[in-house]
Amino acid sequence: MKVFKQHKGIVAPMDRANVDTDMIIPKQFLKSIKRSGFGVYLFDEIRYLDEGVADQDCSNRPLNEEFVLNQSRYQGASVLLARVNFGCGSSREHAPWALEDYGFRTVIAPSFADIFYNNCFKNGLLPVVLSEQIVEQLFSECAASEGYQLNVDLQRQVVVTPSGEEHSFEVETFRKHCLLEGLDDIDLTLQNTDDIRSYEAQRKLAAPWLFGAINPENSVD
Amino acid sequence: MAGKTLYDKIFDAHLVRANDDGSALLYIDLQLLHEVTSPQAFAGLRLAGRKPWRIDANLATPDHNVPTTKRDGGVSKIVDPISRIQVQTLDDNCDDFGILEFKMNDHRQGIVHVVGPEQGATLPGSTVVCGDSHTATHGAFGALAHGIGTSEVEHVLATQCLITRKMKNMLIKVEGELGLGVTAKDLVLHIIGVLGTAGGTGYAIEFGGSTMKNISMEGRMTICNMAIEAGARVGMVAVDQLTLDYVKGRPFAPKGELWELAEAAWADLHSDSDAVFDTVVDIDAANIIPQVTWGTSPEMVVAIDAQVPNPDNETDPVKIDGINRALEYMGLSADQAITSIKLDRIFIGSCTNSRIEDMRDAAKVAKGRKVAASIKEAIVVPGSGLVKAQAEAEGLDKIFEAAGFQWREPGCSMCLAMNPDKLEPGEHCASTSNRNFEGRQGNGGRTHLVSPAMAAAAAISGNFVDVREMMEQ
Repeated sequence: MKVFKQHKGIVAPMDRANVDTDMIIPKQFLKSIKRSGFGVYLFDEIRYLDEGVADQDCSNRPLNEEFVLNQSRYQGASVLLARVNFGCGSSREHAPWALEDYGFRTVIAPSFADIFYNNCFKNGLLPVVLSEQIVEQLFSECAASEGYQLNVDLQRQVVVTPSGEEHSFEVETFRKHCLLEGLDDIDLTLQNTDDIRSYEAQRKLAAPWLFGAINPENSVD
Repeated sequence: MAGKTLYDKIFDAHLVRANDDGSALLYIDLQLLHEVTSPQAFAGLRLAGRKPWRIDANLATPDHNVPTTKRDGGVSKIVDPISRIQVQTLDDNCDDFGILEFKMNDHRQGIVHVVGPEQGATLPGSTVVCGDSHTATHGAFGALAHGIGTSEVEHVLATQCLITRKMKNMLIKVEGELGLGVTAKDLVLHIIGVLGTAGGTGYAIEFGGSTMKNISMEGRMTICNMAIEAGARVGMVAVDQLTLDYVKGRPFAPKGELWELAEAAWADLHSDSDAVFDTVVDIDAANIIPQVTWGTSPEMVVAIDAQVPNPDNETDPVKIDGINRALEYMGLSADQAITSIKLDRIFIGSCTNSRIEDMRDAAKVAKGRKVAASIKEAIVVPGSGLVKAQAEAEGLDKIFEAAGFQWREPGCSMCLAMNPDKLEPGEHCASTSNRNFEGRQGNGGRTHLVSPAMAAAAAISGNFVDVREMMEQ
């Protein structure tokens, strides 16, 4: 997994509540069997004026100039500032893939939807929860100053503003550890192979019907 | 010590390992796979030289991309080349790794959340995951089921476990009888309206109370299916006789002595009477009437006799902004009567409402009537090949076709429009699906979520109408 220790970058403000994963990456782009290349389609429906098609070249598509990521002051943004319940809806991991592929390393919001929050950690994209009040303050600061940057320090669990003000955030120990070290979840879990085997043996005795039932012989044609 | 909730019981029974920081390794009994969220997981397995931990804990079927029109040519004739590759990739992966798959032209193919229960793969007390947020559907069987991301799909394939943490417990206690013409869909839309789109975030929701006991398994699936639209990954219902009757005799369900054993074990699959929930929400079902969403989030829902909300009546700036954006996107005016909304297309289907009861509900309304001339297209998409066959055996396809509906092949279809079934910009659709997000059913499309009966009624009228009026005729 990609390492995340500390990141400082330009902030782009996504000023709307309940941004769903359909909006982050529309369905037509989910047809890809790859994990990369979604960045150009990030927020496709509100970023471009025409209708996006999978696998298309986006370099000459008409842009919605009003959309935040199309404004010159936010070019090169790598910190997304968002509102409540960011990433709600579909479980598609293509949403964090698209954000990461675009160049975002972290998303700051007052709250996230569960599945999206979880998916971010698997992709080295750090979701940071700050209070609504602090997020509101960051939105104001961002609007007031062009080139506004935030420094997100996972090690110390703080978001540092340009004035040096620090806002601390919570993150689970295990997730923090995995991101700091760039650890692979599957490798870690497989270190517990004995535990899994012994659970499985006991489960097989307690609920034998859950083993071996799904096979072509049992599937009535 | 306080008793346990249903969620606690299943979680605890699947705990392989609990870590000090609250994270846990949970054993997964069943993973359902489809073509959209699995290719990168299989690619990851191959790249690392890993094999699935247990072949028999997986069941696959393509659903999101498959065409719902003629499929005689098989996968190679899917018109969209990118969809074709994705469906073909699922077939190849399942063949390579030996995973049982109901392929596109198998008559058991369908939407994963319809196929799992129908085949008896979804069992009470089990843990079920799938790379799809509507996996909560399976919670209707007293199972712990939720959506996961693709990295987790790979993790479960490789280890049979999920790294997770315990959710909080919420009880939604539904009392009072649902009125005639008021369905499980109306109930869950109403509940989402009460909770809000993030009200269930961090919770496992148990739908309980006396009303739930009288709701069929199909209805319970509809309700659990939409838990995620209130932010909850998990929705579940206690096991009772209806659950057992539904499961018994299905292909993958236990048989003979194993059934006896299973039935005895499942008797405990309910929350203890002294279980403590973190949150309890009371819902009065008796006063609910048919529901319609007017906006771009499932929480933007009102009763059929109501008006589109007016932002002037709100004080919360986030709500006001949300209403204004939604009004603009949906092309609606504040205070406009819901019954004045004209429809362009009708979609009856999706993992929320494509089971046999849904087909019957819609057919009952369609019978002897005609789809309004102003409706460009009204499609009925059964949830699986078996639902389709059952409906045809009951003559429902003929009722739909006589009324002017199209009768299609099974799949996710216009719920998310990954296949050719989609809305054109600006079109209004009465849809029995689960999400009304901007662009969900097609770029610029305007979705209104309703029950199958309400969708059928809207098709006949051309605008929204209280289906109960048509039932009394």
